[in-house]
Amino acid sequence: MKQYETVIGLEVHVELATKTKIFCGCKTDFGAAPNTHVCPVCTGMPGALPVLNRKVAELALRAGLALNCRINQICKFDRKNYFYPDNPQNYQISQLYLPICHDGYVEIPAGEGKKRIGIHEIHMEEDAGKLVHDDWSDSTLVDYNRSGVPLIEIVSEPDMRTADEVIAYLEKLQAAMQYLGVSDCRLQEGSMRADVNLSVREIGNPQYGTRTEMKNLNSFKAIAHAIEGERERQIELLEEGQKVVQETRRWDENKEASHAMRSKEDAKDYRYFPDPDLPPVYISDEWIARVRAEQPELKEEKEARYQEEYGLNGYDAGLLTNERALAELFEATIAAGAPPKKAANWLTGETQRLLKEQEQEVSTIRFSAAHLAALIELVEQGVIQSQTAKEVFAAVFSDDVDPEEYVRAHGLGIENDESALEKAVQGILLANPKAAGELKEGKEKVMGFLMGQTMRALKGKANPEKVREMIWSLVKE
Amino acid sequence: MQLTELTAVELGNKIRTGEIGAVEAAQASLEQIGRLDFRVQAYLTVEPEKVLLQAAEVERGIRSGALTGALAGVPIAVKDNICTKDMKTTCASRILENFVPFYDAEAVVRLKDAGLVVLGKTNMDEFAMGSTTETSAFQTTKNPWELSHVPGGSSGGSCAAVAAGECFAALGSDTGGSIRQPSSYCGVAGIKPTYGTVSRYGLIAYASSLDQIGPIAKDVRDCAALLEVIAAQDKKDSTSMARPDTNFLQAVGQSVKGLRVGIPTEYLSEGLDDDVQEAVMRAAGYLKEAGAVVEEFKLGLMEYTIPAYYVIASAEASSNLERFDGVKYGYRAKEYEGLHDMYKRSRSEGFGPEVRRRIMLGSFVLSSGYYDAYYLKALRVRARIKQAFDEAFSGYDMILGPAAPTAAPRLGTSLADPMKMYLSDIYTVAVNLAGLPGLTVPCMVNAEGLPIGVQLIGDCFAEKKLFAAGAGLEAVRGPWMQSDLVRGEEQK
Amino acid sequence: MAETIMDKTMDEIEILAKLYLTAEEKEKARQEMQRMLDYVDMLNALDTEGVEPLTHLFPIQNVFREDEVCESTPGAEILKNAPREKDGQFLVPKTIG
Repeated sequence: MKQYETVIGLEVHVELATKTKIFCGCKTDFGAAPNTHVCPVCTGMPGALPVLNRKVAELALRAGLALNCRINQICKFDRKNYFYPDNPQNYQISQLYLPICHDGYVEIPAGEGKKRIGIHEIHMEEDAGKLVHDDWSDSTLVDYNRSGVPLIEIVSEPDMRTADEVIAYLEKLQAAMQYLGVSDCRLQEGSMRADVNLSVREIGNPQYGTRTEMKNLNSFKAIAHAIEGERERQIELLEEGQKVVQETRRWDENKEASHAMRSKEDAKDYRYFPDPDLPPVYISDEWIARVRAEQPELKEEKEARYQEEYGLNGYDAGLLTNERALAELFEATIAAGAPPKKAANWLTGETQRLLKEQEQEVSTIRFSAAHLAALIELVEQGVIQSQTAKEVFAAVFSDDVDPEEYVRAHGLGIENDESALEKAVQGILLANPKAAGELKEGKEKVMGFLMGQTMRALKGKANPEKVREMIWSLVKE
Repeated sequence: MQLTELTAVELGNKIRTGEIGAVEAAQASLEQIGRLDFRVQAYLTVEPEKVLLQAAEVERGIRSGALTGALAGVPIAVKDNICTKDMKTTCASRILENFVPFYDAEAVVRLKDAGLVVLGKTNMDEFAMGSTTETSAFQTTKNPWELSHVPGGSSGGSCAAVAAGECFAALGSDTGGSIRQPSSYCGVAGIKPTYGTVSRYGLIAYASSLDQIGPIAKDVRDCAALLEVIAAQDKKDSTSMARPDTNFLQAVGQSVKGLRVGIPTEYLSEGLDDDVQEAVMRAAGYLKEAGAVVEEFKLGLMEYTIPAYYVIASAEASSNLERFDGVKYGYRAKEYEGLHDMYKRSRSEGFGPEVRRRIMLGSFVLSSGYYDAYYLKALRVRARIKQAFDEAFSGYDMILGPAAPTAAPRLGTSLADPMKMYLSDIYTVAVNLAGLPGLTVPCMVNAEGLPIGVQLIGDCFAEKKLFAAGAGLEAVRGPWMQSDLVRGEEQK
Repeated sequence: MAETIMDKTMDEIEILAKLYLTAEEKEKARQEMQRMLDYVDMLNALDTEGVEPLTHLFPIQNVFREDEVCESTPGAEILKNAPREKDGQFLVPKTIG
């Protein structure tokens, strides 16, 4: 068999973090009752007109500058015409001729070094409504709550060669968008969606092969599977002397297979033309300069700073900065008084373990920085032992409990901890064999001395009655 | 003198002084509709109970001092492509036969806020595509001057209603002459304002870059008063503009002495009826008498306006009319198999032939392989046409010309040859391509008893000059007459 | 003369425009469109070299609304004119895929 190379380009749709839709004032919130976040504009009522949400242009610009793009300082909206019920106007307002950003790149880790993935363009557009199949009537039901939710589409160059590179690229985009506050970029919830354009060619061939576009990829796992599956399918076709057909294919993660989405009624011709309802957007030098100046610290910068400023190792710094939410939690924990290394340990250790165990993501973390900092403080002060601390953390992790209250309510402080007390008393007795012997002989006068020593060892956090009992029971053994 | 013979401004004055009540005025209009509309058929929808309720509310508003506008209490008709809350809005199309908007167009909001009373919705060419109001899916509106003739179009219902005294003023819309041409045919005044002057929110789009709502009334002063009410920047229409100079009434009566008026020589060449030529010459005479300087000049490029217009208008229409698909509102075919069959049947049964024709042409000129050659080419030609007007307005304050090549044609003679119908838009489409204001003023009545108006075209934002000149023209012309029908004389 | 409109082109236009035409209508539409395009062809007589297509009449830019929530329309109103609805949603024939 010949040796093949896979050539992959991505079209990534990112839902922008705005309060309202791109062309009207309806809310973008997820999960409302059907057709409640709608108005004449986002349901395509006759006579309704679009007006651009300023924040959409702002966020698209922020994304483009962070991804090293050039900016079309005059950009326009175009209509993409096609009939489908999720699209109430039967045209989608998008950008074809003059997208807001073009010709950028991101760098992904590759072996020892870095690899540059080109960004062909970023354009603004509106999302479509939601279609649900109704079994009872064997029909489709249409909900326009999502119709008009703002998106940017980030179109890469065909610069990726493996599923690993694709995932590294997506993680990079995800982190950047989160740090920039452009989007929360959740694959599962659909606020980040990736379509994979893939072709194969014989190694050494300078020409690209015919590509297909894969849709419906809802997780990194599905993306990896789809890339592998489509690579094999195309190679098989070529090996059999057949041709790859340029088409859109839908990936079915359950079947781990794809099928062509074809219909003779599908308009392949979108008849794009400039939308006469929307004047152009002019992005001044001042606007660009302001957005650049306001750009927040991105992952790479934070990662380096954590190592330098807090002395974290590269692995921990990387883990903490993979997602903006975790980095923010880390920084807030430090701000609440926790030593950076201790905070990092909890967030890279127990937190990750529990997330994995409960199959959760960083975005689902419920506990507050204040409570993690309080827990660290309890350990530092010796109120609880490290083993107990893990138990307390589990409660903080699942219910964001106040650790101090929790320790008190459950009697978990060292003063109530039999084994800790026993250990402390044993130590004191061993260190003071003379006093121990005298007590054994009934000289109760030394009891005061031994109790004092034990209390000091326990930093006063012990119940004197219990200490007395413990000393007696150990001396008598 | 009959109440319905008053102009809108005259009526407004009498209502303000309490001489006439708003309810009384509405009743008079409703009576006139009852008396004449079964013959003129200008209205598609009239809901007398709602009209009287609104009139009563307005009357209270006027008495309480809340409504003080010049036109408060004046009954008005609205073209049926302008959305009215809780009142059917059909675009004279099967596909919207039962559509009842839950929102008012911004222009209607402004009418209601100013205390005008909406009588009902007027007939039109389906989706404003046509020049005779005969492409309406529902009825044929007659020209009140001669019932065997068309009122023109597409705002034929609004113009006929004004001419028949079935309202005191009306809103129309103009994409390629749809206010100015029927105004000429019906002997009424009508203005297409500068693009962006009146909000298009709630105007069911035909061609978004060309459409404008405008007033139709008995005289120029009424047009100015009504435009003053509806002209405003609207946050809901990104193409609407803030204008500091919307006190249009002020311009009426201002001197036109020294005004430079140009008549394009191309406008007086072949294809123009002698009657219309005479009307233009008479208008030129009136303006001169009023002190204006009138001369002929070469405008240029006019032969390109119709092809450029039909490419651009059809392209935008093909996209604008995609939303009529039987999903969210409007007509859905009774029987169908699957989604695309439902689309195709609903649209084929719901749209009339002229609308289908333009949708097809528009789909073609935007399709890949033809986009550059037709659509972009037309947009480049549009830029040159705008330049030609810019040059003209560096030498002239305004342009005088016909609004249509003939007086109103007979019913049933225009639709057979669509191409010929398109060519008759020669004097109006350029104004839309360049976004200019254009005012039609009634000028004369020909031997057949049909009125003929002339068109004054101004530079962008020069409505005030047009109103001054139009009113000056009217003053020299003398009082306008009424059709036999309105005078109550039986026609054959 | 403009390019000749073929039957195949008319078939494509039917799909793009979502219209049905009988054989007779299609031929008539083809002829009308041909006539129109032959006429439109005269645009080529005008030199537009270097002329920017006029997509927007006035040099208006940056017409924005702020990212502020406006009241949405009650679902009942949105669905008031729907030919078919179910459970607060528009009902359409089954979509594929």
